[in-house]
Amino acid sequence: MSIEVGIKNCLHCGNEIVLNTYTPSDNKFCCTGCKSVYEIINNNGLCEYYSIEKAPGLKQNSISRKGKFLFLQDGEIASQFIKFQNKETATVVLYLPQVHCSSCIWILEHLHKINKAIITSQVDFLRKEITLVYNQHLCNLSDVAETLSSIGYEPHLSLSALNEKKTNFNDKKLIFKIGIAGFCFANIMLLAFPEYFGIEKSDYQLQSLFSYLSLLLSLPVLLYSSSDFFISIIHSYKQKYLNIDTPIALAIAITFIRSVYEIITKTGSGYLDSMSGIVFFMLVGRYFQNKNYFNLSFNRDYKSYFPVGVSVLDNQGNESQVSISKICKGTRIKVYDGEIVPADAILFYGNAHIDYSFVSGESKPITKQIGEIIYAGGKQIGGAIELEVVKEVSQSYLTNLWNNKVFQNSSNNKSKSFIHFLSKNFTIVLFLIAFVTSVYWVFVDANKVISAVTAILIIACPCALLLSATFTFGHYTRYLSDKKVYCRNAETIERLCEIDTIVFDKTGTVTLQNQKTVEFFGDKLSEQNKILFAKLFSQSNHPLSRSIKNYLNLQVNQIGIHDFIEIKGKGISAKIDGVNLRAGSPNYIGVVVNQDKIGSKVFIEKDGRPLGYFIITSQYRKGINTLISNLKRKYAIAMLSGDNSSELEKINIVFGTDIPLLFNQSPHEKLQYIEQLNKQGKKTIMIGDGLNDAGALAASYVGISVSDNINNFTPASDIILKGDQLFQLDKIIRFAKSSKRVIMGSFIISILYNIIGLWFAVQGNLQPVIAAILMPLSSFSIMIFTSLLSYFYYKISFDDINHD
Amino acid sequence: MMVLIVLVIASLFIAILFLIAFVWSVKSGQYDDSYTPSIRILFDNELTQDKNNTLNQN
Repeated sequence: MSIEVGIKNCLHCGNEIVLNTYTPSDNKFCCTGCKSVYEIINNNGLCEYYSIEKAPGLKQNSISRKGKFLFLQDGEIASQFIKFQNKETATVVLYLPQVHCSSCIWILEHLHKINKAIITSQVDFLRKEITLVYNQHLCNLSDVAETLSSIGYEPHLSLSALNEKKTNFNDKKLIFKIGIAGFCFANIMLLAFPEYFGIEKSDYQLQSLFSYLSLLLSLPVLLYSSSDFFISIIHSYKQKYLNIDTPIALAIAITFIRSVYEIITKTGSGYLDSMSGIVFFMLVGRYFQNKNYFNLSFNRDYKSYFPVGVSVLDNQGNESQVSISKICKGTRIKVYDGEIVPADAILFYGNAHIDYSFVSGESKPITKQIGEIIYAGGKQIGGAIELEVVKEVSQSYLTNLWNNKVFQNSSNNKSKSFIHFLSKNFTIVLFLIAFVTSVYWVFVDANKVISAVTAILIIACPCALLLSATFTFGHYTRYLSDKKVYCRNAETIERLCEIDTIVFDKTGTVTLQNQKTVEFFGDKLSEQNKILFAKLFSQSNHPLSRSIKNYLNLQVNQIGIHDFIEIKGKGISAKIDGVNLRAGSPNYIGVVVNQDKIGSKVFIEKDGRPLGYFIITSQYRKGINTLISNLKRKYAIAMLSGDNSSELEKINIVFGTDIPLLFNQSPHEKLQYIEQLNKQGKKTIMIGDGLNDAGALAASYVGISVSDNINNFTPASDIILKGDQLFQLDKIIRFAKSSKRVIMGSFIISILYNIIGLWFAVQGNLQPVIAAILMPLSSFSIMIFTSLLSYFYYKISFDDINHD
Repeated sequence: MMVLIVLVIASLFIAILFLIAFVWSVKSGQYDDSYTPSIRILFDNELTQDKNNTLNQN
């Protein structure tokens, strides 16, 4: 049943306008929020916003509380966001998760028209960041934040996000290295051309000049561009573990030494072209693989979930804003509707309805009485409450989870993969060949020992192997991100190949976090009745009332409501506009129920006459049933829920009865469950969404956090998966597993090239021109091969024709 | 032969100029955001100059 009134869409957000209650002049808007944003934009003459894209705004569910950003007036807090400042101006970078279209860029870069104190603003679309320069004398950071939220772009402020900016710098360094290696490579190659085509004896002087020039050009490649490989050797030595960079660094070093020797003794012109080529191609591969998702964060902990500033009350009840780190035992704080309780605290004043669904997985808000303890992390629903802090933020019940050791050494123990296995054996075989060759030449022709051995180490450099891994994983991460699967790094894909167990969380993962399916059974409700019951349900904070209110989707005023009574566990009643209304359980209304439907039922009654009932059930993600039955064939499945087992019947339909289904699991119990699986040698995927899964996600082999809006908070994990793609999980895993075949295939190709090169090398007559042809040729064929094969596997993995 | 040596050195010198240009472009942040400028360039910029005539016809 849908409401069919006014099929017109909101000018601002494009949502359907249901009732024109708030727009007396014209019914262009769906709610007051959208209208007020429009008015600001219109008053500043920025209506082009609405012509670049159709309905560019997001629905303004709530107008943010005035003074929400007052904490930014505190110089200490503000200074953590300000990137640069002088006497006049300050530059600040803010994260705006709402940025999604070109209209967003346009309006945000015209902020100076709305707030005169803002001098310039520049948007980075992929990072969803805005860089603002504003006049410090005319306004402060909190005004800037308020300007942004007044047009619907409320900045997401969290202190931990600020600390992640450093990655940017490394990216730049890599671009430098690639640029310099490419420059040197191209010039050395050019200088080497006469050598390739056979230079005449008379041009001997010229040749030696060219050799010295190439030597000069190769120095930046060796000392700057390839420094990562040498640093990696030191790491691998410390860990007593032969990694793939070892033979590469060895090859670079030996090539260079031999080339220098040849140039100085005038016995040849060296292999500097091949050396700089190798470095260049490998750096390009590395850049390609490391292309990261700026706007996603894989390392978030509770700090980014918690607010930055908190409202604190002094003895006289005056409110001020302080940084969350300043809160200590005994501080009185005020928490407004929709805000998070920052520390374990005792309730002093107000009606506390705390929603812990994100923290513990419990789906029902908990009502707390004055004097009771409220644990940190819950979200207050309803009016403002006042609390007295009993434990500091870092000591609270929830944040305790982060003291567990799984958060300290999260990635070290996970990364011994088949690439490393291959490269290790490759290196050993390489050394064996070099040894055998040297023994052979010692007996045959001792002069050729050094030249043969060095040639082997040069030609057999496993750069093609490294390239095949970097390019394959580069393609795979890109293809997966097309499917809204965002991997933290390449190792994640490698680890996905070894998975044998999958553990699901329930709330928010298998079910949708805030959405409930509401169905009405009975005679169709008239518009008038809908308004009456919307008024009735809006009086109650019970989760069922809120679900039904959302379902009715009507904004109602509070006029004409009398004698509202709520009886706990039974129902509600009131006299509205002269009509007696009641809603609640069958017992309360006094009707007989048929038991065939699963879910909570709410019956409604008008003037003593039952009208029908609503059925409210958790909404399960689409395709979850098929997904589970598909996965069951190959993997062990389990489900951990922080919620109670009230929906067991429906869960049994989804998961079946033959797998472990655990309810009422605390975050610590979830973590222990995963650790137990680890001890049994299982390689587990944990799929969760909330803070309560954070421990389990960190302990699992691959942690996947599911989120409906990937820019929202997600707990630290290896993969961020968009909620509506979860049904494809089996295909995603299968696709990831095919990466192993692509790498094996290209590895075989690179071995073939190596054998050809080795054929020349062991004989002790590797011409620079052969090295210079083989090296780029093998690199190019690896690139083409991995691209084609990855595309092929992508197509067959996600093509529905072959499967469904 | 002299002329060839001069030419090689001259070409290398020009190539180094390009390298410096590249380093400058990375340092000045031109590689930081490779996407947004492609959208920004499509906006009409008449609005930034003309303050009286701002309302756009839909």
